[in-house]
Amino acid sequence: MLEASRVTVRLGARPVLRDADLRARPGTVTAIIGPNGSGKTTLLRALTGEIACEGRIALNGIDVATARPARLAAIRAVLPQATPLAFPFLAAEVVRLGLRSGLSAGDHALVDEALSAVGLHGAAARPYQDLSGGERQRVQLARVLAQVWHATGPDGPRWLFLDEPVAGLDIAHQLMVMDLARAYADAGGGVVAVMHDLNLTAMFADRVALLAGGRVLGTGAPGAIIADRPLSEAYGCTLRANVPPARSAYVLPQACGPAPRGRTRPRSGDALGPPPADGPHEPL
Amino acid sequence: MVALPIPAAPGDRAARARLAFGLLWLGLGLIAALSLGTGASGVSVTGLAATWLGGGTASARDLTVLLDIRLPRLAMGAMVGAALAVSGALMQGLFRNPLADPGLVGVGAGAGLGAVAAIVLGGLLPAGLAAAAGPHLVPVAAVLGGWGATLLLHRVAARQGRTSVATMLLAGIALGALAGAATGILIYLADDRQLRDLTFWGMGSLGGASWPKLAVAAPLILPVLALSPLLARGLNGFALGEAAALHTGIDVERIKRLTILSVAASTGAAVAVAGGIGFIGIVVPHLLRLATGPDHRFLLPNAALLGALLLVGADIVARFVVAPAELPIGIVTAVFGAPVFLVILLRSRGILDL
Repeated sequence: MLEASRVTVRLGARPVLRDADLRARPGTVTAIIGPNGSGKTTLLRALTGEIACEGRIALNGIDVATARPARLAAIRAVLPQATPLAFPFLAAEVVRLGLRSGLSAGDHALVDEALSAVGLHGAAARPYQDLSGGERQRVQLARVLAQVWHATGPDGPRWLFLDEPVAGLDIAHQLMVMDLARAYADAGGGVVAVMHDLNLTAMFADRVALLAGGRVLGTGAPGAIIADRPLSEAYGCTLRANVPPARSAYVLPQACGPAPRGRTRPRSGDALGPPPADGPHEPL
Repeated sequence: MVALPIPAAPGDRAARARLAFGLLWLGLGLIAALSLGTGASGVSVTGLAATWLGGGTASARDLTVLLDIRLPRLAMGAMVGAALAVSGALMQGLFRNPLADPGLVGVGAGAGLGAVAAIVLGGLLPAGLAAAAGPHLVPVAAVLGGWGATLLLHRVAARQGRTSVATMLLAGIALGALAGAATGILIYLADDRQLRDLTFWGMGSLGGASWPKLAVAAPLILPVLALSPLLARGLNGFALGEAAALHTGIDVERIKRLTILSVAASTGAAVAVAGGIGFIGIVVPHLLRLATGPDHRFLLPNAALLGALLLVGADIVARFVVAPAELPIGIVTAVFGAPVFLVILLRSRGILDL
């Protein structure tokens, strides 16, 4: 259980988040949505213990503000919006950084499994710097998954905190990433994700928290929040849910076929890098 | 032929790094033998050994040359080289920046200021304290100077866990200039005897190596070399950024404090006994990252070995180029190191524009 009550964060004297309440149950996907600057990322950073805040935040009953970093790392992993790396790591080495910081540290096979799960099978030996933006984001997701690979443990559910996990991904990979989040929740883990894409939110979230101006405007089921009035109020423009446009073409993720499954063979052109510099090239 | 071990899995460079560890020990052994066997006096190790094996006694002069001149010089070169390379790797890990080198960003200058201040102002200390500090006064002051410079630099250059290369280098230049100016003022204050001390200290070569000097530097450098692998996991996490490091369970502030202290201790001690020697701290970690990857668990021990190897090698070059005179070793390391620095700067702009 994630319980945050009356969370207030100030930058200087100005509060960027005021009295935010959020409860998330394991086994569910909770989406945090809202316009730019509404405090979504700030709320996520407070929930993960990255920034100091007023109020109380407990994850599995552990007080996030005072817990040792290693204790939290064992039960939750965090995917930031972007992770520039200073040094020439290989994709597998990045995933291994996550693996070693979790409780499955000894299970080396998880590196390949995590890369396969995000559709990067066979990319283990590719330099991180040579990957495209979307591939880097998925390598980071693999790192985060490897840290809390099992959705539940003897000490309770594990958690994924994702800050815009689908930003910069094409629609197929957006669906794949959201499928992964869904599967993690279905396996008993908790997922809290900051989302910009309202369609994907409506499709995958069990509960939605809508932020605007540093306050939580409302929390509820997707059908209640992804609706004309709350959205129009939060985003400051007239938004109409569930109304197909009269003329222009549109593609909705809701109408897409099954997402590319991570564990299967990648499509041509995807994640097929040059063969590893040493050792025989493993047939894909 | 030794078969090259095939990595356990694609993307796993651990086996290669372990192989490098072994090869570096081998290389260090060879270059140490070369260093012991060469010198201005013409004493040769093999000649001494042959005399011994033949039942004769080696001349006292030859033994002195070997045991009191060449051996401490070799040990000092290895220790200082290892200290510079490891502090370079530590600092780059802390700043998330492959161009951070204690010698270039003012830490060496800060340590130098500490050392000069100890020499010039040491006489002002209460007699009891001065006697207690003894020969440790200069290195300890150098460590304090380096520590202050590193803390200041980190405060100025790192924002929200990121370091802009431009800010870091410019802040380093300013720090270096400031420390240099303060050092200059102190030199003007110095009397004749202190000036003599300063001149000997400032020569910055391994030529003055002696067992007492080693005994002063070793307690500062060896613990850093031995304990730096404990920082490896933390610095690996830092590569993802401070926030991500925290989320992977790393006590960010503790790792920062320990790293800054380690950099200051090893750089300060190295500067105190050998003067300013640049570029080892940049070249060594860079070469190792290219060869075996940036994982600090392997990078730190391998950097110690390669740094020792390179500095002992540079010392041999410094002794030969203008024999029987000696080049300051800093010139040799700069000749090889500065181009490498420029290559990193040109080739990795994409990584560096953080």
